[in-house]
Amino acid sequence: MGKQILIITPSVMAARGLESVLCDAGEFEVSGILRDLSPATQTRLHKLAADAIIIDPSVFDYASRANARAYLAEYSDGAVLALLTASADEESLKQYDGVISLLDDPTAVVRKVRAALENRGDAPRTEGEELSSREKEILVCVAKGMLNKEIADRFNISIYTVITHRKNITRKTGIKTVAGLTVYALLNNLIDVGDFD
Amino acid sequence: MKLADLVEVDFNLLGVLSRLGIGFGFGDETVEEACARTGINTQTFLLICNVYAFDGYTPSAELLRETDLRDIVRYLHQSHAYYMDVAVKALAEALQKMLEPCEERRKSVIRSFFNQYKEELARHFEFEEKTVFPYVNAVLDRGPHADFTILQYEENHTNVEEKLSDLKRIVMKYLPPECDNRQIFDVLFYIHVLEQDLAKHTLIEDEILVPVVGRMEDNG
Repeated sequence: MGKQILIITPSVMAARGLESVLCDAGEFEVSGILRDLSPATQTRLHKLAADAIIIDPSVFDYASRANARAYLAEYSDGAVLALLTASADEESLKQYDGVISLLDDPTAVVRKVRAALENRGDAPRTEGEELSSREKEILVCVAKGMLNKEIADRFNISIYTVITHRKNITRKTGIKTVAGLTVYALLNNLIDVGDFD
Repeated sequence: MKLADLVEVDFNLLGVLSRLGIGFGFGDETVEEACARTGINTQTFLLICNVYAFDGYTPSAELLRETDLRDIVRYLHQSHAYYMDVAVKALAEALQKMLEPCEERRKSVIRSFFNQYKEELARHFEFEEKTVFPYVNAVLDRGPHADFTILQYEENHTNVEEKLSDLKRIVMKYLPPECDNRQIFDVLFYIHVLEQDLAKHTLIEDEILVPVVGRMEDNG
């Protein structure tokens, strides 16, 4: 079975076009097309499993557009790409795992979706209680007081991947606060008291 | 109902009794008698007891209407004193004993985490004592009060539970082997008791204080 893709855009033409590009590639399946984010479609959103969501930022009103990614995180752990049908400000596009333009040719679209899925796969929901070496690296950064953005830049991963890593760290250790994680890192010799000024 | 039977229902109610000024030696005194003696509204007393004894207990709107908020505030105030003067102190002492065999570096890491928690808890209580409770009293007296609404309090209601829960995890899972099991157990026991009690305390604030004051605000 191909990767499940959910498309959310008010434009039927954009949705159909995207669907045909993705299906032709052979590795994707479009699990659903939603026109907006009304309460009714939100219920459907819950039920639709998607490996990636491609969403037109214009379905969000202006005020909530900047938090679009966080909003969708409630529904899905998958990658989220923006589908640009109108102009959008650069800053708010940074939250997406990829940006597809209406002018992109089919290969570019497929490449972007693939990259977003791979990037996302970087932070799988790992089982077991041991922290992975990447999780330990990130824990050290958290303990040193680095922001998610700074950690993302350091490891060249998306900010959402950092968040997933942090969720995994908290799930495994049972520790939620930064101060608590710092104690954990110190007790387990991941950092040294000297690392603090 | 006799006080002695009440405590049989849930041992934790002993703490509630003492915070409301009902000391030991109550003999065969009934709940009504004890409330009359200490000047507390019987309904309110039972309301607090129910929140403590039964998980998921939600007071009816009618019961909330009959609640004496002054008793609730008095209870919350006494609880604060109990937490800081008794519960947190006992935990600090147990923690100190438990950490004795550890190397200095580890000792200071855990100790400073605990101190952070203690300070946060104290700040949280202080905000309630200095801002929220005087506001509630002013609303009750229909007197002038600060530009503040109980909803803001709900927003400000910082989650002091997370740090305590982290401390529990750290003590349970990640202490160096030189710590004595018996001492670890003591610390976990104190944390557990405090955690449970604070959870009920928060419930009384969120389920009783906030909605009742909110309604009074709406009614002007």
